[in-house]
Amino acid sequence: MTRKRKRLLAVLGLLSGLGIATALVLSAFNDNLVFFHSPSDVAEKQLPAGRLFRLGGLVEAGSVKKDGLNTDFIVTDLRATIPVRYTGILPDLFREGQGVVANGRLDAEGRFVATEVLAKHDENYMPPEVADALKKSGQWHEKSGDHTKLVKPGS
Amino acid sequence: MLHALANPARFLRLMAAIRPWAAGVAVLGLGIGLAWGLLYSPPDYQQGETVRIMYIHVPAAWMGMFIYAAMAVASATALIWRHPVAELVAKASAPAGAAFTLICLITGSLWGKPMWGAWWVWDARLTSMLILFFLYLGYIALWEAFDDPARAGRAAAILALVGAINLPIIKFSVDWWNTMHQPASVLTLEGPKIHPDILWPLLITALGAKGYYVWLLTVRVRAEILKRQARILRFAAATDRRAG
Repeated sequence: MTRKRKRLLAVLGLLSGLGIATALVLSAFNDNLVFFHSPSDVAEKQLPAGRLFRLGGLVEAGSVKKDGLNTDFIVTDLRATIPVRYTGILPDLFREGQGVVANGRLDAEGRFVATEVLAKHDENYMPPEVADALKKSGQWHEKSGDHTKLVKPGS
Repeated sequence: MLHALANPARFLRLMAAIRPWAAGVAVLGLGIGLAWGLLYSPPDYQQGETVRIMYIHVPAAWMGMFIYAAMAVASATALIWRHPVAELVAKASAPAGAAFTLICLITGSLWGKPMWGAWWVWDARLTSMLILFFLYLGYIALWEAFDDPARAGRAAAILALVGAINLPIIKFSVDWWNTMHQPASVLTLEGPKIHPDILWPLLITALGAKGYYVWLLTVRVRAEILKRQARILRFAAATDRRAG
C-alpha cells in the first residue's frame, strides 16, 4: 500500500468515524435539540404544570380572542390542541392559521400561559397577487404546502 | 488534472485566465440580481417588503456553506496528496467564508426581529450556523498559531475536515428537529417553494456571489503562492550568507 493510499484511508476513516459519532450524539440528544414541543408532545410526555418550555404549532382558525393586551388562542398540530393565554404585543406575522412558538408554562387547568410569542412562517414565498389568485381558484392549500410540516412528525 | 494543478506556476496561469471571467460573473450577477431583487421584484404575500433581506441573507448563507465545503475538499486534497496549492486555496478561502457567514448571521438577525419577533433564538439552524462562523475563526487562528507553515497547514486542514460534519447538520437541521427557522425553500425534494419572480433574482445574486468568491480566490491564492516563494527565497539568501 502506498503512503498516499494510507493517508486516503486515514482521512476516510476519520470522517466516517466522526460521522457515526455525531449521528449517535445527535440522536441521543434529540429531545433537547428541538426548539419547541408540539401539543401532541405535551400530551404524550405529560409535562408537569409550572415547567418552563416552548410550545409550537398553528394558531387554530377562529380561536383568537383579544381583550385589551390579553390574547387567548388555541395552538394545534392538527392532532392535539392546547389553549394559550398571552399578555403583551404580538409580532406582525401572528395570525390565524399561521405558525407560532410560545414560551411559557402550563397552569393547573392545562392552559399554557405564555411570556413570549414568536411568529413562525412557512417556506413559501410568492407575490400577494399570486396568493390571492390561488385563494380565489381554490388551489390554496395544495400550493401553499401543508402546514403540518411546521411541526415534525414524531418529534 | 490534479497533479498538473499542483504545479504553482501552472496554477497561477490558470488563475490569471479565470480572473476576468469570474470578475464579469460577479459584477453582472451581483449587479443584476441585487438591483432586481431589492428594487424590482414583488413583495411577499406575508412578509411584504421585508422579504428583500432574503436577497442578501440567503446567498450569504449559501456562500458560507459552499466555501466551507470547498475548504474541506481542498484540505483533504492537501492532506492526502500533499498538494501544495490545495492548502493555500483552503487558507485563502477562510476569511471570505467567515465574512459571508457573518453577513448571514447579521441579516438573519435583522430579519428575525420584524418577522419572528426575536433577534436571535437558539434553535438548531441558527446555532449550527453560529458554529460554522466559529469554525472559520478557529481555522484562521490555527494557521497563525504555528511558526512552521507545514505544521500549521496540517493542523488547519484536519480542523477543516472535522468541521465539515457541521455542513449536513446545518442543511438538514430544519428537517430533523423542530426549529424556529422555516424548512428549505429552494433545495427541496418537491422543488423550489418560491415564486419565480422572487426566485430568479435570488439565484442570479447567488451566482454573482460565487463569481466574487472565485475572483477573490484568484487574487488571494496568487498572493499566498508569492508569499511562499518569497519565504523560500529569504531562507535561501540567509543560508547563502551563512555559507559565504
